[in-house]
Amino acid sequence: MARAVNTQRKAINTAAAWTVALLIFFPILWTILTSFKTEAQAISDPPVFFAFDWTLENYGVVLERSNYSRFLWNSIIIAGGSTILGILIAVPAAWSMAFVPSKRTKDILLWMLSTKMLPAVGVLYPIYLLFIKLGLLDSRTGLVIVLMLMNLPIIVWMLYTYFKEIPGEILEAARMDGASLKEEIVHILTPMAIPGIASTLLLNFILAWNEAFWTLNLTAAKAAPLTAFIASYSSPEGLFYAKLSAASTMAIAPILVLGWFSQKQLVSGLTFGAVK
Amino acid sequence: MATQHSRSAARIMMAPAVILLLGWMLVPLSMTLYFSFKKFLPLRGGDLGWVGFENYVRFVTSSAFWPSVVTTLVIVGGVLLITVFLGVLLAILLNQPMWGQGIVRILVISPFFVMPTVSALVWKNMFMDPVNGLFAHLWKAFGATPVEWLSDVSMGSIIMIVSWQWLPFATLILLTAIQSLDREQLEAAEMDGAQPLQRFAFITVPHLSRAVTIVILIQTIFLLAIFAEIFVTTGGAFGTRTLTYLIYQRVLESQNVGLGSAGGVYAIILANIIAIFLMRIVGKNLDA
Amino acid sequence: MNIKVSTLLGACAAAALCTAATAETITIATVNNGDMIRMQGLTADFTEKTGHEVEWVTLEENVLRQRVTQDIAAKGGQFDIMTIGMYETPIWGKQGWLVALDDLPAEYDVDDILPAMRGGLSVDGTLYAAPFYGESSMVMYRTDLMEKAGLEMPEAPTWEFIAEAARKMTDKDGEIYGICLRGKAGWGENMAFLTTVANSFGARWFDEDWKPQFDSPEWNEALTFYLDLMDEAGPPGASTNGFNENLSLFQQGKCGMWIDATVAASFVTNPNDSTVADKVGFALAPDAGKGKRANWLWAWALGIPAGTQKVDAAKEFIQWATSKEYLALVAENEGWANVPPGTRTSLYENPEYQKIPFAKMTLDSINAADPTNPSVQPVPYVGIQFVAIPEFAGIGTMAGQEFSAALAGQQTAEEALEKAQALTADEMEAAGY
Repeated sequence: MARAVNTQRKAINTAAAWTVALLIFFPILWTILTSFKTEAQAISDPPVFFAFDWTLENYGVVLERSNYSRFLWNSIIIAGGSTILGILIAVPAAWSMAFVPSKRTKDILLWMLSTKMLPAVGVLYPIYLLFIKLGLLDSRTGLVIVLMLMNLPIIVWMLYTYFKEIPGEILEAARMDGASLKEEIVHILTPMAIPGIASTLLLNFILAWNEAFWTLNLTAAKAAPLTAFIASYSSPEGLFYAKLSAASTMAIAPILVLGWFSQKQLVSGLTFGAVK
Repeated sequence: MATQHSRSAARIMMAPAVILLLGWMLVPLSMTLYFSFKKFLPLRGGDLGWVGFENYVRFVTSSAFWPSVVTTLVIVGGVLLITVFLGVLLAILLNQPMWGQGIVRILVISPFFVMPTVSALVWKNMFMDPVNGLFAHLWKAFGATPVEWLSDVSMGSIIMIVSWQWLPFATLILLTAIQSLDREQLEAAEMDGAQPLQRFAFITVPHLSRAVTIVILIQTIFLLAIFAEIFVTTGGAFGTRTLTYLIYQRVLESQNVGLGSAGGVYAIILANIIAIFLMRIVGKNLDA
Repeated sequence: MNIKVSTLLGACAAAALCTAATAETITIATVNNGDMIRMQGLTADFTEKTGHEVEWVTLEENVLRQRVTQDIAAKGGQFDIMTIGMYETPIWGKQGWLVALDDLPAEYDVDDILPAMRGGLSVDGTLYAAPFYGESSMVMYRTDLMEKAGLEMPEAPTWEFIAEAARKMTDKDGEIYGICLRGKAGWGENMAFLTTVANSFGARWFDEDWKPQFDSPEWNEALTFYLDLMDEAGPPGASTNGFNENLSLFQQGKCGMWIDATVAASFVTNPNDSTVADKVGFALAPDAGKGKRANWLWAWALGIPAGTQKVDAAKEFIQWATSKEYLALVAENEGWANVPPGTRTSLYENPEYQKIPFAKMTLDSINAADPTNPSVQPVPYVGIQFVAIPEFAGIGTMAGQEFSAALAGQQTAEEALEKAQALTADEMEAAGY
C-alpha cells in the first residue's frame, strides 16, 4: 500500500518536474530546432515543431561567412586562461584567509566582492586608453587579464568557502609530521579541495565565456571571441530567424555541452558557503 | 594554531590577489574621477579644461537621472524576487524522488550557460515579436490580440528575460542547501504531527535563509551591471534606461566622457550603498 | 608564393597604385547589411589582384557605430578601414581623423561618383570616405493592394494621399497593414524617418541660433500626423520596428506601403526572399505641399582612420570595393539588380541597369535631396535626416526614445515633444552652444 502511494507520488513529481524543466528549457530547444528550418518555416504560423524539412543550409551560410573556429578558439583561450590564472592567484589567498584568519579577513573578502560592483561602462574609457598605452587592444592577453580581474573576487570567495570546510586538524597533523607550507598546500589541501576547485573552475569558465561587454569592446578581429561572432548576426536584412538560430546554437553549444557533462561537479560545489 | 611564521606567510600569499584587485579598483577609479572634473569631449578635441563639479550637477539634475535609478532598482528587485521565489519552489520540486532527475536537472540549469546577448536576441525575436514571435502565434491561436511585449510591458519583458537566465543559479544553490537539510529533523517533526506547511515554514525556510542571502548577494552584483539585455531589446526606450545604460548613452552615444564619468561615480556610490547594505546582512550570516 | 608575388607585381604595374609591394593584412570594420556581406564574400577577388589579405569585423549597425566611434575618438588604431556614414565622415574629416582620399588614380574616375554622394562625404571639397552604396528614401507600395483599394499611386504623392491609401489598404484581420514606418528608437532609425517627415511639414531641428525647435507647431503637426497614421494603419509593435523589421514584414506581404531607404528596393523585388517580388511599385517620398519632399540622403562609405600603418593597402581596398569594376563583378555573379546602388553616374547610364524597375526612382530621389537646405526654413546645420554635429547621435537617440514611447501609446505627442525639447536643450547646453 505504502509502496503504491510512493509510486503514485513519484509519478506526480516526475510529471510536474518534467513539465517545468521543459518549459524552462524550451527557448533553447526552440532555437536549436529553428536553426534547422528554412527562413520561411521559421516564421510560419502555426509554428511547426518537428515536421519540417530539416536542413543544414543555415549552418552552411554562417560557416561560409565567419571564421567560426577562430572565434571558438579565442573563447576557449580567453575563458580558460582567465579562469586558470585566477585560480592560481586565488588559491594562496583563499588558503590564508581560511586557515590563518585575522580580524580583517572578512572585511577583505567583502571588499574584494565590492570591486565587482564597479560599473564597467563607467570605466570603459579609462581602460580603453590604458589598453592602447600597453598595446593590449585586440589581444587575448589583455582580455585574459581583464576577465581574470573581473572574476577573481568570485573565485577567492568560492575557494575560501571550500577551504573553510576542511578540518584544520588534518593540516596540523601534517605540520607535526614536518610538512612545509608548500607541501601542505600541494599534497594535502589541494587534493581535498579538488571538487571545490573543479566547481570554481567551471563556474568561472562559464562566466568568462558569456562576458559580453569587455570582450566586445576590447577586441576587433584577432582576439574576438564568440560574443563578437554573435554580434554580426543580430539583425541582418530580411528574414533571419533561422540564421540567427544557427549562429546562436553555434555560440552556445560548446559551453552547453561542457555544462551538461560536468553538471555533477558544478552542482556539487556550487554552494558559496550557503551550506554549513 | 596560527603562529607568527604562518601569519607572515599568509600575508605574502594574500598579497597578489589583494594588490591586483586594489590596482583594478584604483587605477580606473582615479582615472574616472579625473575625467569627471573635466569637460572632456573626444569629438570636439578632447580635453577642454577643468570644470569643477559641473558634470556632477548636470548629471544629477538631468531629467533622466532619477527614473534611471528607479529603473535599476526595479529590475534588480524584480529579478531577485522572481528568482528567489521560483527558485525555492523549483528546488523543493527537484528534491523530490522522481524518474530522470539527472536529465531534469540538466534542462533546468541550461539557461545559465546561454550568453546574455544570445538569450536577449532569441527572446526578442523569436518569442516577443508581436507579428512573428511564438507568443504572438499563441495569443492568436486563442483569439487574443498579441501583446507588444517590448514596448507595452517593457520592464516586465526585461525582468522576465533576466530572470530566466538567473533562475538556474538560484535554484542550484537553494537545491544544495535543501539537500543538506537534516532528514532526521524533518522526520522527527513529522512524527510530532507537524503539517507539511508547518515543516516548511519552521524548518526549511530558516535553513534556507543563509542560501537565499548568498543568492541575493551574488545576483545583485551581476544584476547591477546588466547591459546586453537592454542594449539588444529596447535600447533604453520605454522606460528601461538603467543607470548603467544612461552612462553608456552619455559616454558612447553623446561622446561626453566627462559627464559619463560623473555618472560612473554616482553608479559606484549607488553600488556601494547597496553593497554595504548587503554586506551587513551577509556578514552577519557568515558568522552564524 | 612566387606566383603570388609575380601576380601582385603585375597587378601593381597595371593599376599603378602599389607603393609597397609587400602583402599586408588589413582589418575592416563593417556593418552586417546584405551588400557588405556580399563584398565580404568577394574578398578573394581583391586578394588575388593585390596580394593583401582582409580581416573582417562584421557587426550589427549599433554595435559597429559604438565600436568605431570609440576607436577613432580614443585613437585605438584597431581598424585600417571603417564603414561609416554621411553623418560621421564630415565630422571626423574636419577633426583630421580620416586619411584624405585626394590622390585616387585617374582610372578610379572620382568624377563619376554622384555629386550628392561626393558632396556629403567631403569637407571643403576633399573626399574623406568613398561611398560603397548610397540611398535616398522613397515610397514602396503593393500594386495589387493599391488596385484593390481603387486608387492609383501618383509618381509624386502627397502625405494626404498616402494617409488615405494607407487607411483603405488596411485589413487588420487579414494581417495587412496599410503602412509600415520606422518606430524603433535611434537617431539612425525612427529619427531619420521622422526628421524627413518634419522637414516636409516645414519643421526643423534648430533655428539659426541653435535653439531646438521641438516646441514649434510644425513639429507638432508632423508628429501628430505620423502617430495618427500609424495608429490607424500601422502594424502592431511598430514602436520596435526599424528598417530590418519592416523589410521583413514587407517581404511577407503584410505591408501595403513602406517609406524607407531606396536600397530596400532590391530586397523587396528579389523573388528569393520576397513573397511579393512582382507586385511592388515605387514613388517619390511624399510632401505636404510646402516645397520639400520627405526624402533623405545617406551613404555607407569606406574611410581610413588617420594613424593606421597600412594606408596604401587600405586605399587599394577602397579603390577596389567602390570601383566600376566591383559593380561589374557583382553584376556578373548576382545580376544587375543586386549591385550596390546609388554611387556612380555610369551605373545609371548603363542600359542594362536602366532596365531595373527601381533604378530611375532611386536616382531621382537621390538627386532631389539637398543636405545643405533640408527644410523649408533656414537652418544652421548640414544634413537632412540628421544634424552633422557630434552631439546629434546622443540627442537623436534620446529624442527618438520619447517619440517611440509616444508611438507605443505611453505618452501624447505633446508630452514627447516637450521632453525632447528639454533634453535637447540640456545636451546642447552641455556641449557649449
